[in-house]
Amino acid sequence: MKLNELTISELRRLLDDREVKPGEVLDDIYNRIDAVDDKVKSYITITKDVAYEMAKDAEQAILSNKASLLTGIPVAVKDNMCTKDISTTCASKILHNFKPPYESTVTARLKEQGYILTGKTNLDEFAMGSSTENSGFHTTRNPWDLERVPGGSSGGSAAAVAADECIAALGSDTGGSIRQPAALCGVVGLKPTYGRVSRYGLVAFASSLDQIGPITKNVADAAIMLNAIAGHDPSDSTSAPMDVPDFANVLGHDIKGLKIGIPKEYFIEGMDKDIEDSVRTAIKKLESLGAIPVEVSLPHTGYAVATYYILATSEASSNLARYDGVKYGFRVDGKDLLDMYMNTRAQGFGSEVKRRIMLGTYALSAGYYEAYYKKGQQVRTLIKQDFDNAFKNVDVIVTPTSPSAAFKIGEKATDPLQMYLSDIFTISVNLAGVPAISIPCGFTRDNLPVGLQIIGKHFDEESIFKIAYAYEQSTEWHLRRPQL
Amino acid sequence: MMKYEAVIGLEVHAQMLTDTKMFCGCSTRFGSEPNTQTCPVCIGMPGVLPVMNKKALEFTIKTGLATNCKISPYSRFARKNYFYPDLPKGYQISQYELPICEGGYIEIVLDGEAKRIGITRIHMEEDAGKNIHEGSGPYSFVDLNRAGIPLMEIVSEPDIRSPKEAAEYMKKLRTILRYLGVCDGNMEQGSLRCDANVSIRPVGQKEYGTRAEVKNINSFKFVEKAMEYEIKRQIKVVEEGGRVIQETRLWDSNKGITESMRGKEEAHDYRYFPEPDLVPIAADKEWIDEIRSTLPELPDAKRERFISGYGIPEYDADLLTEEKVRAEWFEDAVKAGGKPKIVANWIITNIFKRLKEEDKEINETLLKPKHLVSLLSLIDAGSTSSTMAKTIILDEIFKSGKMPEDIVKEKGLVQISDAGEIEKAIDEILAKSQKEVERYKSGDEKLIGFFVGQIMKATKGKANPQMVNELLKKKLS
Repeated sequence: MKLNELTISELRRLLDDREVKPGEVLDDIYNRIDAVDDKVKSYITITKDVAYEMAKDAEQAILSNKASLLTGIPVAVKDNMCTKDISTTCASKILHNFKPPYESTVTARLKEQGYILTGKTNLDEFAMGSSTENSGFHTTRNPWDLERVPGGSSGGSAAAVAADECIAALGSDTGGSIRQPAALCGVVGLKPTYGRVSRYGLVAFASSLDQIGPITKNVADAAIMLNAIAGHDPSDSTSAPMDVPDFANVLGHDIKGLKIGIPKEYFIEGMDKDIEDSVRTAIKKLESLGAIPVEVSLPHTGYAVATYYILATSEASSNLARYDGVKYGFRVDGKDLLDMYMNTRAQGFGSEVKRRIMLGTYALSAGYYEAYYKKGQQVRTLIKQDFDNAFKNVDVIVTPTSPSAAFKIGEKATDPLQMYLSDIFTISVNLAGVPAISIPCGFTRDNLPVGLQIIGKHFDEESIFKIAYAYEQSTEWHLRRPQL
Repeated sequence: MMKYEAVIGLEVHAQMLTDTKMFCGCSTRFGSEPNTQTCPVCIGMPGVLPVMNKKALEFTIKTGLATNCKISPYSRFARKNYFYPDLPKGYQISQYELPICEGGYIEIVLDGEAKRIGITRIHMEEDAGKNIHEGSGPYSFVDLNRAGIPLMEIVSEPDIRSPKEAAEYMKKLRTILRYLGVCDGNMEQGSLRCDANVSIRPVGQKEYGTRAEVKNINSFKFVEKAMEYEIKRQIKVVEEGGRVIQETRLWDSNKGITESMRGKEEAHDYRYFPEPDLVPIAADKEWIDEIRSTLPELPDAKRERFISGYGIPEYDADLLTEEKVRAEWFEDAVKAGGKPKIVANWIITNIFKRLKEEDKEINETLLKPKHLVSLLSLIDAGSTSSTMAKTIILDEIFKSGKMPEDIVKEKGLVQISDAGEIEKAIDEILAKSQKEVERYKSGDEKLIGFFVGQIMKATKGKANPQMVNELLKKKLS
């Protein structure tokens, strides 16, 4: 077995026992990248030189018995998180030449834990999309079927983990952008509670919804990654000033008697039969492990997608105003200032980004604000209350992650509404701010992975980990690997 | 002919005297090299987040308390969206719904009458940078040192009815801000800025007229002038059968006029919405009470106390309390033994004149309260004349900071109060001026001044003028 195919926990043992060196792990990673990334196209930037430098430091740390959680572990980072002096493009032409002069809090924390940066992964431009087809550079392929999308927007990170082009990865999730690609690529993806992880250095799409989280090969690795990045950050006022538990502690705990809510609104007519079968079987499995299924209702589910596309685009229209050609990034000159602004933004942004900027600008305009943005906020409150009410009776809520498995490249690209519906099961979670994980729970007849979503209460990632781990230990879905 | 009255509301921007910017740790120092006081946060790099400066919040609450506002227990920031090169994020973090302070007032006194001007709201926001148009190239420069400096926006009710009231309001507001130490109040340097909403209506009409917003009033002396011009302009428009249109106008201080900048159609739609990167502000009551307890005695209270406690005239009290340092200087002098009325009078006449010449505030000179007190007692004792005190001696104090008694000794300025010596000088002059003596005796009493002048000249100004007068009159009668 190659070292790049191992998990964080497996490598941790080998590294700490000095059976392998960080540089050797990297050799296998980059051999794999050289072999498959032409096909999968997970990465935008490969940081090989930086990685081997970091590997030296990691080796030193291990030799002097100062290894931390991630010392010597190769991790890929979605290209919308700032890495000092290393290209950070958001898969957008408008930032094609941008090298941040500062480090994001998450990558700074990974550094403290000794990680090795393998490279920056592909995404839908500014994290707007569900397939990476909106990347300004290239579309990433699903390692299970290269004709299909890996999901998005963290498609590059999910594909890189699934294709063993890294050991683990960071993604960001605004409406499902970690969980949906994790489901489509057959890996584990966690969106923590809003406020659990600092957003400082994450290039904002929708500030009140964005959250960074891990994409990993199994649940235990997700817990390790969250341990490394979670916790209050003075640079992010929206990060929660509260203590963070050791998430690894709950792994292996009994789940007997835990109540799992099954929202009736999530098993809808027209849902892919294979998906529904896999999820229902998974729920039976949880029941056999002692969990108690309880039907719950999230009555405002039907409004979630509409609400999301008003609020997220409103915030985005403002967040993306800074890309004006004045200070950094791409600029196209013009005959005057207005002309320069318009040329730069017209040519620098892709069509989906422009569509969302226009939607958001419209929703915030004088005369429309009340009907759209304000109404959206009110519905968001109702959706939050749905979860609060449901969680009075259950410990977690279980749903499919995505209504369909990986779709064909180009299949939905011309129909934004169809594309927006890919996130129908994940969006409410962001609106409510609660945490959720997607774990592998089966395969369709076409041998495409299916994801199970487990949603927890605010700041209760522990229950999610407990149940996800118990399920994973009793199944083998997570051990399957795509043939490339 | 129709009589019109003006309706004016002022929006004042005050730069706060915090050490660091509103949402990052950069210095707020004035006058550094362009773009040297910047960081990823205040230049709007991708991915950065703002963190509120708590001192700025404290300063704003302080100002709210000093202007009788209600402090909101729950307040939040909002984004004001527009594109401009000096605005790095493409939006300004400001407050819109739920400002931190609301519903206060300031009292002004005009021609002896007190009037309350309502304060609609006071909110916090960040300043923009500065565009610099220099050189011959087809481009401009952007300096972001100012971007992110904390501002307070103080919005008045449309309670102001004349340019004089507007000027008085600005003066009072500036005094309060300076008392609190939250803003230096310097309009010329731009740390205090004033936009005015001006409209006119026939006297007696209840409804407001259409207002024009006048911007760029960049000096204290222009507040009144700009308003006067704009009111006249609007009256002229109406009297010529036209209609005032809602627009933004720029004050041009060189031409002394306001000029249209943009109409209502071109007005920005700022698309305000709550700032999602900052959590709402919950200012708890205990903290507000703590801030309240640190408020200094405010100008109105001080003025009242000066009038009733020291018995000085209202006019003097106004001038002395306009600046906190002046009021403190006055009180220090009184505490050191000066008589309040005389001290006040001296400050307002002799000292102010010099401060104006040197463009300094009273605490910025070598003249300390002890100098004035000792100078006054020298005059009292007849050891020096008040003429000499307000000329040569005061000059020397300003120059060297020496004590008056030392100056008197060094310069040989001790006053001659010896009757014999003075009489001798009088006799000499009278003997030399037979003609004038005769004219005086035949009724030309104005000549007394001539004799005094001659005697003072003969004694090199050292003769006690009062004694000269008395003895002279005795001799001539």
